[in-house]
Amino acid sequence: MAEAAVALPPPLIEGDKSIAQVTRDVCAPMEARPTALWWVALLISSSFLLLGAVAIGYQIAVGVGTWGLNRTVGWAFDITNFVFWIGIGHAGTLISAILFLFRQRWRTSVNRAAEAMTIFAVMCAGIFPVIHTGRPWFAYWMFPYPNTRGSLWVNFRSPLVWDFFAISTYFTVSAMFWFIGMLPDLATIRDRATAKWRRKLAGVLSLGWNGSYRAWQRYEVVYLMLAGLGTPLVISVHTIVSWDFATAVLPGWHATIFPPYFVAGAIFSGMAMVLTLMLVARRLMHLEEYITLRHIDRMCKLVITTSGIVGLAYGTEFFTALYSGSSYEQFVFLNRALGPLFWGYWTMVGCNVFVPQLLWFRRVRTYVPAVFAICILVNVGMWFERFIIIVTSLSRDFIPANWFHYAPTRVEVATLLGSFGLFFTCFLLFCRFIPVIAVAEVKGVLKYGKPRLESVHE
Amino acid sequence: MSKRLLVGVFESEDDTLAAIRASRQRGFKIVDVYAPYAVHGVEEAMGLAPSRLPWVVFALGLLGAGLKVWFEFWTTAVDWPVNVGGKPFNSLPAFVPVTFEVMVLFAAVGAVLSFFFVCRLYPAKRAVLPVAGVTDDRFAVVLEQTDSTFEPEEVQEMFEKLHAVHVEEQITGEVA
Repeated sequence: MAEAAVALPPPLIEGDKSIAQVTRDVCAPMEARPTALWWVALLISSSFLLLGAVAIGYQIAVGVGTWGLNRTVGWAFDITNFVFWIGIGHAGTLISAILFLFRQRWRTSVNRAAEAMTIFAVMCAGIFPVIHTGRPWFAYWMFPYPNTRGSLWVNFRSPLVWDFFAISTYFTVSAMFWFIGMLPDLATIRDRATAKWRRKLAGVLSLGWNGSYRAWQRYEVVYLMLAGLGTPLVISVHTIVSWDFATAVLPGWHATIFPPYFVAGAIFSGMAMVLTLMLVARRLMHLEEYITLRHIDRMCKLVITTSGIVGLAYGTEFFTALYSGSSYEQFVFLNRALGPLFWGYWTMVGCNVFVPQLLWFRRVRTYVPAVFAICILVNVGMWFERFIIIVTSLSRDFIPANWFHYAPTRVEVATLLGSFGLFFTCFLLFCRFIPVIAVAEVKGVLKYGKPRLESVHE
Repeated sequence: MSKRLLVGVFESEDDTLAAIRASRQRGFKIVDVYAPYAVHGVEEAMGLAPSRLPWVVFALGLLGAGLKVWFEFWTTAVDWPVNVGGKPFNSLPAFVPVTFEVMVLFAAVGAVLSFFFVCRLYPAKRAVLPVAGVTDDRFAVVLEQTDSTFEPEEVQEMFEKLHAVHVEEQITGEVA
């Protein structure tokens, strides 16, 4: 017996929880009054949100001329932020859909928060291209509806239209996936709530869920279907984002490596962001027994894997430039590493390729402050990656007479800060009103790593 | 039509599974099983037919993709052809990304809506629980007393042997 028990993997959830205890542990922070720390965090993030709202109002009123763009550099800060936020979102789908298909049951502790992160990140991402259209009140023109202009239809050959369809589908499917996963938990909240408004609200949203197994059976099927659809979807979304660049003839953009390179980079940055959020959330909400060091360890392994892919892509880009024999292509890459934005390039390489190497060591992977610091650096590095790709290729293209610099204006920086404000405000509200951990899923993995004979009756 | 139901309440998935298997073996009609989480093996034990939702999803995905290819062809090559960089009007390969996205959208939205439809789930529906706690930490096996051969005492004894925490008779309308 003892030997058989030793051969089992350690349990996913620590602390020998009973089923009812899981409900209590996850619901307790929502039912208690918010802590002072939560109020402070909300105050700070909503201040940034306000700053962003003011900046957005200003740039819509005055126009895109408030940005630092010029005739040479037509895309810069906004598209960097767009790609950055979309990428962040992808780790949520990786955890909720891809790891589900791979039967990685440890995902149950983090999937709810990761999916929430996806939705908020896509919301942040959506802001930038809409403002960049210049007349955001006509954003609905992207939708191919019968109109009084002809009907003039959208151009289905354009990657920007592909992007519109990809992002809106991605947002819709992610939101549905999140809601379906939450349905049993909303019923749990409804049935245990003491506050009247909470019971009413959860009662409306839980759609009358009562845990009937006929519903559970179909629920499992729908969840599997959504995971199966979400997996190719997430890959397609960032592939299409990369096509925004790759279908252009610009050196440094026109590369077949872009789709896999972007998808790996997206998951890399998103994983780092999930870890950043979870490390804070587990500490503040006392969820250390649910999000254990083993969870962190596994996510770190995903970070270093994707870091390897991204590093390989950086190397491959140089090789392709060399091997292509195209002097423009070669110049762009030398210019990235040694030109005026060399510091950005080396920040990107340092943060994305060198720093994550520390995660090879188990000591680092299980030391929370180190993981936190590495993840922050990865996020910085991945933001710079998009900035470098976009700005270096545009600012120095084929004809030196056209070369021009780009520097962001205060309005652009304020919009970026505002998007962080939106993201963290949404996340803080999420932590307050929705169970951060998928209660019904965690209950299903409580027995993992425990000997079968250890029954409650013996 | 009112039904006489017997509800066995359990506190672990293993006991629940054992109770379902024992009830099926004895030929009792299982109205439904209630659980706070999806328990591996319950649908096999209950003998539920596999869900047909995957076919719905497949059909809707196909429909979405088909409609979208037609729509892209019609708008770009028939209704108002616009010459973009000398590309052919009917540029099928360029239609692939949007077709894929619309296929996923149709399939996913269809999956969720048909799930709500077959399970009769809608906003603000009043939840009917057989016993309190099935959304927290209790499992319930609900049997229907079909005819006079059904001995409630005997079944109660069987459930209690399988560690039921509570067994109760309910004479109501539909529970499920």
